[in-house]
Amino acid sequence: MTAEIATAVVTDEEKTARELEAEAQRPSGPAAAVILASGIGALVLGLLTTLAEASTSIHDWLQFYDRVGPLSGKTIVAGAVFFAAWGALTVLWRRSNPPLRTVTIAAVALIVLGLIGTFPIFFQAFTSE
Amino acid sequence: MSLTNRETWTLVHGLIIGTLFLLAFAGGLAGLWSLQRGLVTTVGIRERMARLKIGTTVMALMAWATVLTGTWVVYPWYREGLAGDELAGCAGLQAPTDACSPRDFLLSNVSGSTEDWHKFGMEWKEHIAWISPMLATVAMFLVLYYRGGLSRNRTVRLITIGFFVAAFAVAGIAGLFGALITKAAPVH
Repeated sequence: MTAEIATAVVTDEEKTARELEAEAQRPSGPAAAVILASGIGALVLGLLTTLAEASTSIHDWLQFYDRVGPLSGKTIVAGAVFFAAWGALTVLWRRSNPPLRTVTIAAVALIVLGLIGTFPIFFQAFTSE
Repeated sequence: MSLTNRETWTLVHGLIIGTLFLLAFAGGLAGLWSLQRGLVTTVGIRERMARLKIGTTVMALMAWATVLTGTWVVYPWYREGLAGDELAGCAGLQAPTDACSPRDFLLSNVSGSTEDWHKFGMEWKEHIAWISPMLATVAMFLVLYYRGGLSRNRTVRLITIGFFVAAFAVAGIAGLFGALITKAAPVH
């Protein structure tokens, strides 16, 4: 009886281990899609923040809601781009295996550019008179 | 002892959602870090995945909730122009009032040198905060997609931890400036 239980436990563990291996090997496409989309979203936010400072017409265009000011447009557009890019890249890569490490490095580079674009000392250097 | 409607929303935005975000981060990071083949049995991995999924999902949802309430509820009260072009409505004040919004108050320098709290602190916070939910969403998706497989794929696990920590760090900058700006010029 004890041996039977031990065998059942081992079989269960083996089954779980096989499942974990299968999960680890899932196509990297959907993961790469969300990773790159975050970089694109961050870059768009940084770009719009700097452009809104440099151009009064872009500043005014981004004022989707007066009480929030141009931040309303910047965040709506950046958020929409993030979700749209995520969706589009998922469709494009859903069954493929893009190299995750390369995609992550590209995304991190875009995120860093986004962070620079949203840093006041940087974007205020472009302030239009 | 009472809170105004604006103070209540500020509390929800900064403290209540922020606390849930912090709790979810602490639990999620511990779970992600220990999700290694040598540290946990296969059955143990299955057992802790439910908590990890909840932790990363709650953190992502709280990050979105924080920026949405901050931008669309609290920020308009902070930035409304009440004091006039020359900020005359703030003259002689020690704190923002109905005639001098927190932004007006900080820019007026009537209570010391405060304008950089807006020109640097608020300008940085209001923008950088929006990057956090995107990064937290990446970490959440990777956990939901790879599930226990994260314990067998070191690269993906480290990428997940990287995005998870980056989301927290970015939110930390925004949260720190939020607390300091609220101390200098609270929304009433």
